[in-house]
Amino acid sequence: MILEINGEKRTLEDGVTIAALLLALGLDRRGIAIARNDDIVSASEYDHTICGSEDRIEIIRAVAGG
Amino acid sequence: MTEYLRIGAYEFTSRLIVGTGKYPSLQIMQDAHRASGAQMVTVAIRRIDLNDPSGKSLLDYLDPSMRILPNTAGCFTAKDAILTAKLARELLHTDLIKVEVIGDEETLHPDVRGTIEACEALVRDGFTVLPYIGDDPVACKELEAIGCAAVMPLAAPIGSGLGVCNPYSIAIIKERANIPVIVDAGVGTASDAAIALELGVDAILMNTGIATARDPVGMAEAMKHGVIAGRLAYLAGRMEKRLYANASSPMRNLIVTKNA
Repeated sequence: MILEINGEKRTLEDGVTIAALLLALGLDRRGIAIARNDDIVSASEYDHTICGSEDRIEIIRAVAGG
Repeated sequence: MTEYLRIGAYEFTSRLIVGTGKYPSLQIMQDAHRASGAQMVTVAIRRIDLNDPSGKSLLDYLDPSMRILPNTAGCFTAKDAILTAKLARELLHTDLIKVEVIGDEETLHPDVRGTIEACEALVRDGFTVLPYIGDDPVACKELEAIGCAAVMPLAAPIGSGLGVCNPYSIAIIKERANIPVIVDAGVGTASDAAIALELGVDAILMNTGIATARDPVGMAEAMKHGVIAGRLAYLAGRMEKRLYANASSPMRNLIVTKNA
């Protein structure tokens, strides 16, 4: 299935959880926050939040700014 | 007696808030933060680059005693700012948010309608909302009315270093506000900071003025003193300005010689 992650189309296996998604992308759980279709997914929900086809996922971190 | 700056439920003894952008290195940023005496620091929120997800988090370079003020810099719509704020709250476990909804790419002036819309939603959602706004007394009153914890009028365009361009508007905003007024953006050097605080504003947020100085650590210390000097001068109350001279030494019993 195709997901839109940070504005990029990515193909992942059907029924992937957020936790599996992070693993597939090589991302650490630390220092990030995630929204799925504009709703926040808290860290405690990563393991049992299942992504659906066409979901829009935002994965963010803090960066330097003013 | 210690004087506190109160923003929502938070208290500070420093009236200087600093940024994290544009520093020559993270080490210099850390040293500058320390030299500034600031107790709050702002950070931006961005998507992770999926093609280069490595790298240490900026958060590892921030003094843990400093409160973090995430911002929605770079957002051009209320919707983007609201989602950014929620992601920031999730990431940083803080209800503080500096709301920026930009209306124009060249001047980086705020979109007033978008700013108000985002602030209304975020106040309703329990955030402590600090909006970046123009030096517009009406917009500032409106932001106060909808429940913002402070207003952050610009001194000059972001990153311009022009100093307080419209001191009269800033003074009017402060005179009418019942919430803290924090000058955000445009402060270039220590005298600019002092001028802003002399107008009575409660604090300053600055980034570029410190980060792009030849010696950011030295400038951070200068800004710290500029803010303190301006605040003390405001509290002390300046003398009246007058057009003509008024001698400080007595004009009686003067020594007068006679011409031969």
